[in-house]
Parts: sequence; structure tokens; C-alpha cells
Amino acid sequence: MPIISLRNVSKNFGDFQALQEVSLDVALGERVVVCGPSGSGKSTLIRCINRLEAHDSGEIVIDGITLSDKPAKLDRIRCTVGMVFQQFNLFPHLSVMENLCLGPRRVLGLSAQDARARAMKHLERVRIPDQADKLPRQLSGGQQQRVAIARSLCMEPRILLFDEPTSALDPEMISEVLDVMTELADTGMTMIVVTHEMGFARRVADRMVFMDNGEIVEVGAPKDVFTAPKSERFGTFLKKILSH
Amino acid sequence: MKADPVKRSLVLALLVLLLSGCSGNWGWYVVNPTTPSGWTNLKFMASGAYYTLGMSITAILMSVVVGLLVAIPGLSQRRSWRLFNRTYVEIVRSVPVLVLILWVYYGLPALSGITLTVFWAGVLALALSDSAFQAEIFRAGIQSINRGQYEAAQSISLNYRDTMRYVILPQAIRRILPALGNQLVYMLKMSSLVSVIGMQELTRKANELVVSEYRPLEIYTILVLEYLVLILIVSAGVRWLERRLNARDT
Ligand SMILES: Nc1ncnc2c1ncn2[C@@H]1O[C@H](COP(=O)(O)OP(=O)(O)OP(=O)(O)O)[C@@H](O)[C@H]1O
Ligand SMILES: [Mg+2]
Repeated sequence: MPIISLRNVSKNFGDFQALQEVSLDVALGERVVVCGPSGSGKSTLIRCINRLEAHDSGEIVIDGITLSDKPAKLDRIRCTVGMVFQQFNLFPHLSVMENLCLGPRRVLGLSAQDARARAMKHLERVRIPDQADKLPRQLSGGQQQRVAIARSLCMEPRILLFDEPTSALDPEMISEVLDVMTELADTGMTMIVVTHEMGFARRVADRMVFMDNGEIVEVGAPKDVFTAPKSERFGTFLKKILSH
Repeated sequence: MKADPVKRSLVLALLVLLLSGCSGNWGWYVVNPTTPSGWTNLKFMASGAYYTLGMSITAILMSVVVGLLVAIPGLSQRRSWRLFNRTYVEIVRSVPVLVLILWVYYGLPALSGITLTVFWAGVLALALSDSAFQAEIFRAGIQSINRGQYEAAQSISLNYRDTMRYVILPQAIRRILPALGNQLVYMLKMSSLVSVIGMQELTRKANELVVSEYRPLEIYTILVLEYLVLILIVSAGVRWLERRLNARDT
């Protein structure tokens, strides 16, 4: 049974259809990379999955729970699904350690000691245990994004969503974040990653999803789509992106 | 560093006053600290500071709480809650403070049967009046926080209360602290109006002394200086707090 299942999901912003009848199944432990031109609905898709946006029609089932407006269900889903943002969205007034401990303490009810231990474990995982007492703004972009990944991991989610996690980074910091994500993938985390880093996609993705105009145009294994994309639109898109 | 020009002009103002006291028009003896009667008068005047400060600080604390409680519905998606916010702010801020003081002290007991002491009537009126402005300050402060902060809080399942308490308000308060400082200064000045219902604060004390000594020029000059000193101290305190809160962030 898929851990994420979307059936004919649509989402409108006013008259504009950001998602049009999108269907997608993601199996436990699967790594899916989503790409597509700007405005194609990639962010909207993953934001619907953890309910930062409410979809208008269709059905989204996560880990057996159908997304609806019931708050209790939402809490359970948000604990199951973690999210990493393009702009990191760390809490600027809190230290790295406090950023990591807030969720475990307030939501999961961990003691201060347990929360700290868990935070340290994940900071080591993203390789910045020595920055625990710094404020986000004292860190480089790459370090901030790794803190954001650790913050998500501290909630021990089963699924991690990434929305262009390296797009706001200077080029020399991209690889340190991608390395951490690759290691995460190796541990068997279910991941949906919106990114234009095709090297990462080739290495890590089980499946590529190509979106355009709010629709999923093509889905396939990286080795297939990179050599021979079925749709013309995907082909043009890949050519443009790989020529950079 | 920053206080230097302030201090200098303060000293200058005092000098001018003292020098002009040498001419025949001034009678500084009423407040001359070296004579027993002048010292008694000065102490009498300064004793009002207790109530001026007490009322202002109590009122500002109340108005911050009420302001926050009024600001939050103003941020709601629901129209009716926003309407409550707008109605409260528009009505309360259009009533003159003096009118509100008279209404609370003389009107409220007739309406509700509860009699308030002068102090609490003053505090209530000041707090009520200020709360409308606090509500606007808080609303603007909270709205200035990036959407991404709410989304990050949601993505780790924080509920609304915790999101406000641990994520949004601590950031908003840092941003609105200068505005809150302004409101406290404003409050200290507004508290002089409570003298009309008999509160023995700075202004009332000065008025009473003027009646008995008949030296309005000197006594009101001292009153001006009293407010000046009080407000300079408060401003310095607020700046200190700002620096302390921002110290971690730099
Ligand atoms: N809150 C919103 N209100 C109105 N329109 C929106 C909103 N969010 C997204 N849209 C529109 O929906 C469309 C899809 O947006 P989305 O952010 O999902 O695209 P994207 O594929 O992530 O693009 P990008 O690569 O630029 O991030 C865009 O045209 C965008 O303008
Ligand atoms: Mg996007």
C-alpha cells in the first residue's frame, strides 16, 4: 500500500488552476524527485501533501489517513510529514538547539533532556553538532539549511518533503546539503524532493515526476527519462536544464 | 554617547532658569532645597511621582494585555472577529482621555454600581484608552512577521497558541519595542489628566502648591522638569531593554 496517495487532486487560486487532477502514489521508502518549469505547481503539490494548502477536490491519503479539515487528523499527518523550505524558515530568535527542541518539547512532550539528546543526534547526522548554541544568522546558508533538515528530523517523520532546498544557496554550499539529503535517502526515508539538481536526481531518485501547467506530464525512472523522455515538453525542459 | 546632547541641553536649560532666577520676576525660594520650607515643598511635589509612575506602569501593563487580546482577532480570517477588532479600536481611540477618565470615575459607578478608587479609575481609563493603540501596534507587529515562520511552525505541528507564544510574539515584540516605549512616555504624560478627579500625582501636587504658595511660574517649571526627568529615565530604560533583547541577535 502506498504511504502517499493522491487521486485527482485539484487546487485553484481564484480562477487559476494550480493543480489539475493530479494523481500520484508514493511507496514507503521511495525517493521521488519533482521537476518542472516555474509556476508549474510543484510547490503547490507538496504543500497540499502536508496541508499548508488545502486542496479543492480529489483525495489525498497519507499513511492511511485521508486529509480533511479535522484538526486532530492534521496533527497526526504533520507529525508524519516533515518539510524543508527553500528559505529555510528557521526561527531567527532561537538558537539552533532551541529551534530543534521546540517541536519535540511542545508537540511530542519530550523532557528537556530527551529533546536535547535527540537534537544532538540529528545535528550530528547533518554534521554540525558544534553549532548548537549559535543563532541561525550566524551560520552560512548551507549550515542553516542543514539545521532546518535536522529540525524536521527531530519530529521523526516518516516522510520528508523538500521544496527547492538548494535554490537559495550559493553554489559552493549546494553539495553539502545534497550530501546530507543523499545520506537520508540511504537510510530509507520516504522523500519527495522538488529540485532542479539533476545530478542529485540521477543518483538518488527512484522516480522522476515532471510537471507543467499544474499537471503531472510524465513519471519515470531517472535512467529512462534522462536518456529518452516520452513527452516532448519534458525533453525540451531537460535539455534546457542540463545545458546549464 | 547618544545621551550626551540630551544631557547638555538639560544642563543648559537649568542654567538659564537659575540665571533668570537672579532677576526680580522669579521667586525660587519656594523650591529652594537649602531652606526648610523650600525643601518641604520640593518633597511634597516629588511625592506625586509615586502615583504618576504607579498609575502609568499599571495602566501600560493592562493595556498591553488588552491590546494583544484585541489585536489577535484582528488577524483572523473570520470577518466577524476582524469587525470586533475594528469596532473596538475605532470607538476607544476616538474618546478623549480626559472624557474617558470622567466617564469611568463618575459614570461607571452609576451604570454598574461598582465604585472605583481614584487610582483604579485613573488606571482603568488610561489603560482602556491606550489599549486601542496597543492593539494597532501589535497587529502591525505580528503582521510584519514572515509567512514562512507560520509555515515552519505548522510543519512541526505547533498549535496556534504555541506558534504565537514561542515563534511569532517573541519576534514581534522585538520589532514593536520602540513603539511600546513611545506609548509608555505618552502614558506618563496622559496620567497628568487624572489630577482632575483628585489623584495626588505630580500635576495635582503642583496645583495644590500653587494654590497655597502662589508661585505658578517656579512650581510649574519644576513640574515640567519632573516629567522631563521621569521620561528621560524611562526612555533610557526602554533603550537598555532593546539593547539587551537584541544583544543575542547580533
Ligand atoms: N497563494 C497563492 N495565491 C495565488 N496564486 C498562487 C499562490 N500560490 C501559488 N500560486 C500560483 O500557482 C502557480 C503554481 O505555483 P507553485 O508555487 O506551485 O509553482 P512552482 O512549480 O513551485 O514554481 P517555482 O519553480 O517558481 O517555485 C503559480 O502560477 C503561482 O503564481
Ligand atoms: Mg515553488
